[in-house]
Amino acid sequence: MAQYIIRRILIAIPVILGVTILNFFIINLAPGNPVDMYVNPSATPQQIAMEKHALGLDQPIIIQYFHWLGQLIQGNLGFSYSTREPVTSLITSHIGPTMLLMGISLIIGYLIAIPLGIISARKQNSWVDYLTTGFSFFGVSVPHFFLGLGVIYLFATKVLLFPTGGMNTLGGSGSFSDLFVHLILPVAVLSTGIAGNMIRYVRSSMLDVLGKDYLRTAKAKGLRQFIITNKHALRNALIPIITVIGIDIPMLIGGAIVTEQVFQWPGLGLLTIQSISSRDYSTLMGINLIAAIAVLLANLLTDIFYAVADPRIRYE
Amino acid sequence: MGELLKVDKIKTEFKTDKGMVTSVDEVSFDLKEGETICLVGESGCGKSVTSLSIMHLLDKNGSVTHGSILLNGKELVNMSEAEMRKVRGNEISMIFQEPMTSLNPVLTIGDQLTEGIRLHMGYSKKEARDYAVEMLKKVGIPRAEGIVDDYPHRLSGGMRQRVMIAMALSCKPKLLIADEPTTALDVTIQAQILKLMKGLRSESKTAIILITHDLGVVAEMADKVAVMYAGQVVEETDVFTLFDNPKHPYTLGLMKSIPHITNPDDMRLESIPGSVPSVYNMPKGCRFYDRCPFAMKRCLEEKPELRPIEDKKSHSIRCFLYEKEEREFEEKKQDEKEVLS
Amino acid sequence: MEVKNLKKYYPIKKGIISKTVGYVKAVDDVSFSIYPGETVGLVGESGCGKSTTGRSLVRLEDPTSGQVIFEGKDLASISKKEMRELRTDLQIIFQDPYSSLNPRKRIGDLLAEPLLAHKLASKAEAAEKVNHILETVGLSKHYKNRYPHEFSGGQRQRIGIARALMLHPKLIICDEPVSALDVSIQAQVLNLLKDLQKEFNLTYIFIAHGLGAVKYISDRITVMYLGKIMEMAKTKEIFEHPMHPYTEILLNAYPVPNPHMRDREQIVVEGDVPSPAHPPKGCVFHTRCPFAKDICREKVPELNGTDHLIACHFPLSQ
Repeated sequence: MAQYIIRRILIAIPVILGVTILNFFIINLAPGNPVDMYVNPSATPQQIAMEKHALGLDQPIIIQYFHWLGQLIQGNLGFSYSTREPVTSLITSHIGPTMLLMGISLIIGYLIAIPLGIISARKQNSWVDYLTTGFSFFGVSVPHFFLGLGVIYLFATKVLLFPTGGMNTLGGSGSFSDLFVHLILPVAVLSTGIAGNMIRYVRSSMLDVLGKDYLRTAKAKGLRQFIITNKHALRNALIPIITVIGIDIPMLIGGAIVTEQVFQWPGLGLLTIQSISSRDYSTLMGINLIAAIAVLLANLLTDIFYAVADPRIRYE
Repeated sequence: MGELLKVDKIKTEFKTDKGMVTSVDEVSFDLKEGETICLVGESGCGKSVTSLSIMHLLDKNGSVTHGSILLNGKELVNMSEAEMRKVRGNEISMIFQEPMTSLNPVLTIGDQLTEGIRLHMGYSKKEARDYAVEMLKKVGIPRAEGIVDDYPHRLSGGMRQRVMIAMALSCKPKLLIADEPTTALDVTIQAQILKLMKGLRSESKTAIILITHDLGVVAEMADKVAVMYAGQVVEETDVFTLFDNPKHPYTLGLMKSIPHITNPDDMRLESIPGSVPSVYNMPKGCRFYDRCPFAMKRCLEEKPELRPIEDKKSHSIRCFLYEKEEREFEEKKQDEKEVLS
Repeated sequence: MEVKNLKKYYPIKKGIISKTVGYVKAVDDVSFSIYPGETVGLVGESGCGKSTTGRSLVRLEDPTSGQVIFEGKDLASISKKEMRELRTDLQIIFQDPYSSLNPRKRIGDLLAEPLLAHKLASKAEAAEKVNHILETVGLSKHYKNRYPHEFSGGQRQRIGIARALMLHPKLIICDEPVSALDVSIQAQVLNLLKDLQKEFNLTYIFIAHGLGAVKYISDRITVMYLGKIMEMAKTKEIFEHPMHPYTEILLNAYPVPNPHMRDREQIVVEGDVPSPAHPPKGCVFHTRCPFAKDICREKVPELNGTDHLIACHFPLSQ
């Protein structure tokens, strides 16, 4: 197992390298560049050229990439082209809010989805099932920006229950209750989507398992339905569930770009949008790198949990 | 030996999109302690549904709508789920056809064995584990102490079926239902399992309902046999009478149509023409009518009853051909009654 | 048809670069011949390689090595194109007729397909032929407009047989043709196969694990175990004078449909069939053979004999 993990990590290095190359070139394909975005419109072409030279943007892209890579190897993600802050500190200051928001949303989403999915499968074609699948359909198909704007309209402008956005009240105390109130709407939007997606997988996976011979064996032993469902069936239904969790986890880092934007949540998602519009190459590269690592790590964890959930899966 | 199980004219129906479908109709048989009855028939004849009806293991859309099933005088048909849980795995246990899929792949053998033991026998974790190892040894599993912590996928089909048998017998049930327990296994493994079952049977005095389509297995294992066709018992008698003197045209056809290695070389198989009627379209009269070489006019219209034809041997047949014998038997019984009174 | 040293190995791959670490020897050095108009039965327990052998003979699997000589051509080495031409002579019937019939096609089209694909008939001729074949296998010609799911298992197997017959093949591989059928239907199909053989002078390779059916239909029987031939002889010989301990044990293991014989002396072999990925050294059967001696653990016995071939160091005396 340890050997397997080491091998997987070694394979991950060239993959990450590939991802950074692709990203670097794709970012550079976008029209405009950082200097165009922040210089004074009245600046002369010479001034712009000087600015570009100072940032090394006048060099061929390949040289720029190797320059970036060289810095990376020394643990330096460079400086933001627009704010001049170190990218590392930009990311660290935004990653916390994202992980908080996404972590809570994922947990709540799963806490709703897994029991609902199980009940829905157990009581297939009952009104509970129809209601659950209806909710799931809603969660999957209603876009986050729409749902987000909808709840803001209803609960923040019509009824002044919650703030429209942000993480703390400006100039407020920064207390826990203040943070909590700010979390409710974005968490509600995100966990609806997460739960909606997860319910489908839990339900279909459980339905598949509930028809299996070994559940009849379990019932023939005289076990209670609760134990049959939650010990015998659920463990077998875990593989697809783990797969979906593995896909969801990178969101912890990557954030929900749209939702963060709608709620002005100061996380990585918001930072990404800002960096894109200001052509802030170095910040974007930093975020992409972190996201790539998160995806690969989540994949590895998923595979490890497969083996934990199903003894037939063994890695050598 | 007392009567253990009495199945009396049960009818099992399933709710489907096309309406109610009768899968098992008027099936009756009884079983004494330690006795083995074989339910024989082709797929769809209702032999598995009969056993699942006894165990209340039918799918949600199925239920026993008529008749009674008495286990030691206790009615099972209307028993609550909570009561039934105490019967399942304890008084009646069951093994299934597919050993490869009947064990839970993500739980250890020990886990799956001790569950029932702890539930029904109230053993502690430690006691249950020791007992599980003992049971595994009893069914001939080598290295039982190691296997108990292993997962099912590491075992062969034959070994898994042994585990299933150990699991089924661990709570010393009075009745074991074995649904095609050797059909999925190779012949040499089948021989091992049948030998094991015979041994355990003589040791434990467990009554067995053995469901099979293989007349060879019937001849090896049964005390008595119920031949089923299209959801009904068409012939019931002891195993020797069935093989020496089969009566129902379906039983006769079945016996002649099975190629067996002991058949003489140039014997041509007699096949039963046609196929089993669909549950959606059961004939009104005898269900074997359109495949029967002896079919008469009344077979199309009237439904034959399962009636005893001979005294003592308790040989029952659902066929009009034997009405005369049936009548004689009835008259004889009537005469006896009169004499007695 | 003559089969010489046929081998089919499946590589076991491991690791990220899929290094081959061993082979599953599904068929290991199998040789036998089949004469026109006869039926050769291939029997054995699961994993003995009987189906793989059958499939290799018609190139549904590419053999690892060996020769399959059919009418002077080596089927194991000819090109795909040549093989396609020969397919008119070689047909196969599968265990599960349902999964081998395209569910979206009418029976008539399914049956006419090979004729049209090989450009052997016009549409009208093909339709005529379909009617004829359907009646030959005991189905009404009106069935040609129906879809596979409208038929019962026995009828589907008849359709499978009809399809194989469409091209007037010389040899048909019957891969467990009756195993999935109900007992009362098995006899119908077996009798049909027998009658067709007489009518069209067909040669059959009949693969099955049910010895009863194999005995009923075969002229000669080949007993296989773990990819190797154990014994091959005339059907009568195999049943009356089995010489290989495995054959004896296999015959003995079948339950006899006669309750008066239930207390007969029966040798029950212990243990399971070893994995074909790690077959035992020497004679592959030695781990379960009650008569195994030292030499059986060391040396692979050769398949010897003229009419009654047997691979055993200590054949049972007659």
